[in-house]
Amino acid sequence: MALIAEHLALEVDRVPYLDDVSFTLERGRLHTLIGRTLAGKTTLLRTIAGLQGIDRGTLDLDGRSFLNRPIWERDVAMVYEQFINYPHLSVIDNVAFPLRRRGLSKDVARERARAVLDRVSLSGFDARRPSQLSGGQQQRVALARALARNADVLLLDEPLANLDYKLREQMREELRGLFSDQGGSIVLYTTTEPNEAMTLGDVVLVMHEGRLVQMGPPDEVFDRPATAAVAGIVNDPAMNIVDGAIEDGVIRLDAAWSLPLAPHMRGLALGPFRFGMRAIELELGDSDDVVGTVTFSEVSGSETFIHVDTGFGPLVIQIKGVHAFPLGATVPVAIDQDKLFVFGPDDRLVAAP
Amino acid sequence: MPRPYTVLKYGAILAWSAFVVAPFLWALTTSFKTINGVTGGPTYIPWLQYQPSLAAWGSLFGSTGGIDIVQPYIDSIVVTSGASAISIVLGTLAAYGLSRFSYRLGPARNSDLVFFFVSQRIMPPVVLGIPFFLMLRFLGLLDSTLGLVVVYIALLLPIAVWVMVDFFNNVPRQLDEMAMLDGCTPLRGFVLVVLPNSLPGIIVAALFCVIFGWNDFFFSFTLTFTQTQLLPVAIVALNSSVTPWWTLSASALISVAPLVVIAVLVERYLSRGHLAGAIR
Repeated sequence: MALIAEHLALEVDRVPYLDDVSFTLERGRLHTLIGRTLAGKTTLLRTIAGLQGIDRGTLDLDGRSFLNRPIWERDVAMVYEQFINYPHLSVIDNVAFPLRRRGLSKDVARERARAVLDRVSLSGFDARRPSQLSGGQQQRVALARALARNADVLLLDEPLANLDYKLREQMREELRGLFSDQGGSIVLYTTTEPNEAMTLGDVVLVMHEGRLVQMGPPDEVFDRPATAAVAGIVNDPAMNIVDGAIEDGVIRLDAAWSLPLAPHMRGLALGPFRFGMRAIELELGDSDDVVGTVTFSEVSGSETFIHVDTGFGPLVIQIKGVHAFPLGATVPVAIDQDKLFVFGPDDRLVAAP
Repeated sequence: MPRPYTVLKYGAILAWSAFVVAPFLWALTTSFKTINGVTGGPTYIPWLQYQPSLAAWGSLFGSTGGIDIVQPYIDSIVVTSGASAISIVLGTLAAYGLSRFSYRLGPARNSDLVFFFVSQRIMPPVVLGIPFFLMLRFLGLLDSTLGLVVVYIALLLPIAVWVMVDFFNNVPRQLDEMAMLDGCTPLRGFVLVVLPNSLPGIIVAALFCVIFGWNDFFFSFTLTFTQTQLLPVAIVALNSSVTPWWTLSASALISVAPLVVIAVLVERYLSRGHLAGAIR
C-alpha cells in the first residue's frame, strides 16, 4: 500500500524541473521533502496532485495508475505555502467543503469539520470568514480542510513558510501530533529548513536541481549525506565544503595547510577530494591553527556565526555565545580531522566520521 | 485650523458635486414649469418665482401635445436587461475560458482573442449601422425588440468579456485548483467557488452593459421605424418646432431614474477587498 513513482521527468524550456525521480511513499508515514528553492519540490507535489503534467514516468497508488486520473478523482489533499481558503465561505463551511463534495450531508460534514477545527485549536471560529482571521489561523483552516478528508495522499507545500518564527515553532510541535492521527494517509511535507525536515519526518527525501538525491531516515541523511549538495542542504548553516587532496599521510587543504589523516579516511586512495565540515564542529583555535580573515559575523539567538576567508576557501564557524568580530580581523580556526566528511571529485560521499 | 490639503480636497469634492448635481436640479425645476416659467428668465423657487405645474409630466403619459412614454420605457427595459443578462452569462463564461485556458487560433493567442473582443468597440458604431441593418432585414427582425436584443448583445458582449477577463485574472488560480483538489470538476469549481467570488466583477460588467445599452441611440434609431421605439428615440421625437424644455426635462429625469436606482443598489458590492482571505 504505497505511492510509487518511477522515472518522473519534466522539462520546461530545456530546464529540467523533474529529472528521473523515483520513490516509494508508504501509508501512515510522514515523509519530509527538503530542498532549496527551485529544487523541484513544488513541481513534484503538483505532479502528484495532478495540477502539473509531466513528460515521462509513472505514478501508481496501491497498484493503480494515478497519472491518468483527473484531479478531482485522485483524493489528494494539499496545503499551499500561501494560505488558500474560500473567501466566500465561513470557516466551518471551508472545512466542510471537500466533505460535502464527497456526498456527506450538510449536518454530518459540519459535525466532522467541527471536530477537525477542534484538533487544530480553532473551535469557536466557525462563523468567521477567513479574512477575519490572523495568518496563523488562516493556515490552520487550510490545514483542517486538508486533514478533514482523510485523503489517500496529504501534501503540504512549505505550510509554515509564511508564518512568523514563534508561530512556526508552535505549529511544528502540533503538526507531529496531528499527523500521527492520520494513520491511513501518505503524507508528504516539503520544507527548506533542515530542522523541520529532520524533526518532523519519519523519512527524509532530499531534492536538488530536479533530482531526488537521497531518501532515508533522518539520522541516516544527516550522518551520511549522499553528496556534497545534500550535506549543504541538510545542514543549517550549510556544511562547509572545501577542495583538497589526500597525500601521503596527510589531508592537504592548500600549499600552507595540511591536517593529519583521520582513521575513517584510511582506505582512501591518494588524490583530489572535497572535504566537508559542519559549521558547528569548527572552533576558534590557537596560534598554530588555520588563519581566517573575518568577512562577516552575525548573531542569531545565543549563537554567533563567523564567516571567514582562508587560503583554501570561505568557511562559516558557529560558536556559542554572543561575540563581536570586526571585519578584517584574523582568527585561528581549529579543524578536527576526525569530524571531516570526504566527498569524491564526483561529489559522492566516500568517507564519513 | 484644517490642513491646506484637507481644504483643497473638500473644495474639489464640493466643486465636482456641484458640477454633477446642478444639471439635475435644473432639470427638476424645469420639469415643473410651463412655457411661461421657462421663457420668463432664470427662476428657481417654486410658488415664489414661478407657478409649478404637472403639465410636463402629464404629457409624457399620453395627454395632448405629448407622447406616451410607457411603451418605449417597457421596450427599453426589455431590450437592455435582456441583452445585458445574455451578454453577462456568455461574457463571463468566455472570460473565464480566456483567463484560465490557453487557446491558439493560427498565430492568435489568448490576449489577441481578448483584443479582438475589445476591438469591436474601437470602431465607430456608424460603421456597423449598415451591416446590422442588412442582417436584421435578412432575418426579418427589423423594427422589433428581438432584433434590438440581438444587436445589443453584439455590442455589450465585448464589454462583459473585457471586464470579466481582467477580473478573473485577479482571482487566484489556486482557488480553482483547490476546488478541483477538493473534488469539484472544473465546471463545478467555477460555479461553486469562482463565481461567488467574482460577484463584484459581474456587477461592474453588468453595470457597464446596462449603461451602454440604456443610453444607445444610434442603433435603436436606425433599426426601428414604427412598431418599436426605445426611450432615447421617443425622447428625441418630442423635439418639434418649439423645444418643450419642460417635457424634455421630465423625460430626462425619468430616463436616468433606473440607472440611479441600480447604482444605489449595487454600490456596496463595488467596494474593494472582496477577495481578501483567499490568499495571503
